[in-house]
Amino acid sequence: MYIIVVGGGRVGYYLTKALLDEGHEVLVVEKNAAICETINDELGSICFRGDGCEVATLAEVGTGRADMLIAVTGDDEDNLVACQVAKHKFNVPRTIARIRNPQNEILFKKLGVDVTVGSTNIILEHIEEEVPTHPLTHLFTFSDRGLEIVEVRIPPESTTVGKSVEELSLPEESRLILVIPKEGKPHLATASTILQAGDQIIALTSPETEAQLRATLRGN
Amino acid sequence: MKVVIMGCGRVGAQLARLLDTEGHQVTVLDTDAYSFRRLPPEFGGTALVGNGLDQEVLKRAGIEEADAFVVVTQGDNRNVMAAQIAKHVFNVPRVICRIYDPLRQEIYQTLGLEAISSTTIFAQILKERLERGERCIS
Repeated sequence: MYIIVVGGGRVGYYLTKALLDEGHEVLVVEKNAAICETINDELGSICFRGDGCEVATLAEVGTGRADMLIAVTGDDEDNLVACQVAKHKFNVPRTIARIRNPQNEILFKKLGVDVTVGSTNIILEHIEEEVPTHPLTHLFTFSDRGLEIVEVRIPPESTTVGKSVEELSLPEESRLILVIPKEGKPHLATASTILQAGDQIIALTSPETEAQLRATLRGN
Repeated sequence: MKVVIMGCGRVGAQLARLLDTEGHQVTVLDTDAYSFRRLPPEFGGTALVGNGLDQEVLKRAGIEEADAFVVVTQGDNRNVMAAQIAKHVFNVPRVICRIYDPLRQEIYQTLGLEAISSTTIFAQILKERLERGERCIS
């Protein structure tokens, strides 16, 4: 695949390195001459100095034949414009934007950016995982399908302990996948599965029904 | 008319003054309070410090009731993004933005934004003046 990376900062640098290792053709567009030089020295001559939001620059680096454009500068507005120009002027099939402000996730999708990656949300999720009392942890998001895989812990004081899955009225968009009991082997969740104190439940849900799923599973 | 102007540079401040003099309800937004020195002392509108890319700030500026939103900061991308927020999130009836880069202006014009490239317009004016030959002082 031919992939254009806009922004050669820390994220851009390591992303490019990883994509090169996977065997892709990668080109980095970076405004700063010193950063360009470093990338060209360390990763091979793959950095083009210029403004990745400018039509002329993108034309010069052959954006018309790119399979993907990934904008990872530190500014949300620059990432948005780079993706929009790639999409609407050069018909790039897939555009990915890094976002800093989580609020922009919905906006960018509405404006035609295929995927957004928000470091703020990712950091929050990882910290959540480390907080043992946190009732719900995000494990994975299928952003293009509006679905996510989450983990819910059943505390001993839950009113749902001892109840079977079919007794609970789970939200329609939610599916329980796996139950990891405190002791014993993990098993697939079925209608007759009885919830036990300390269970970790892995479930598929939509972000909208996440809160409802958590409340139903924990009985609060 | 209720107008929110983002960017209190020379153009933003001048537009704010003109609209205010004509009795319109004007709110000017800028990230730097020092920019408000460009507003005349008799300015009757509101000057608000904040980043217009933040939807909360736009709400505070009254974007939900605004009839028009004009964005004239120094950054093309900032203008483009703010204009799209005003248009697609807050459904402001009239949104105008400045885009210096003529190529980007073209793209966003076709995407339905009312975008003006002051670069193109000013270059055109200069060219016409030169071609007319005589000096006109106005």
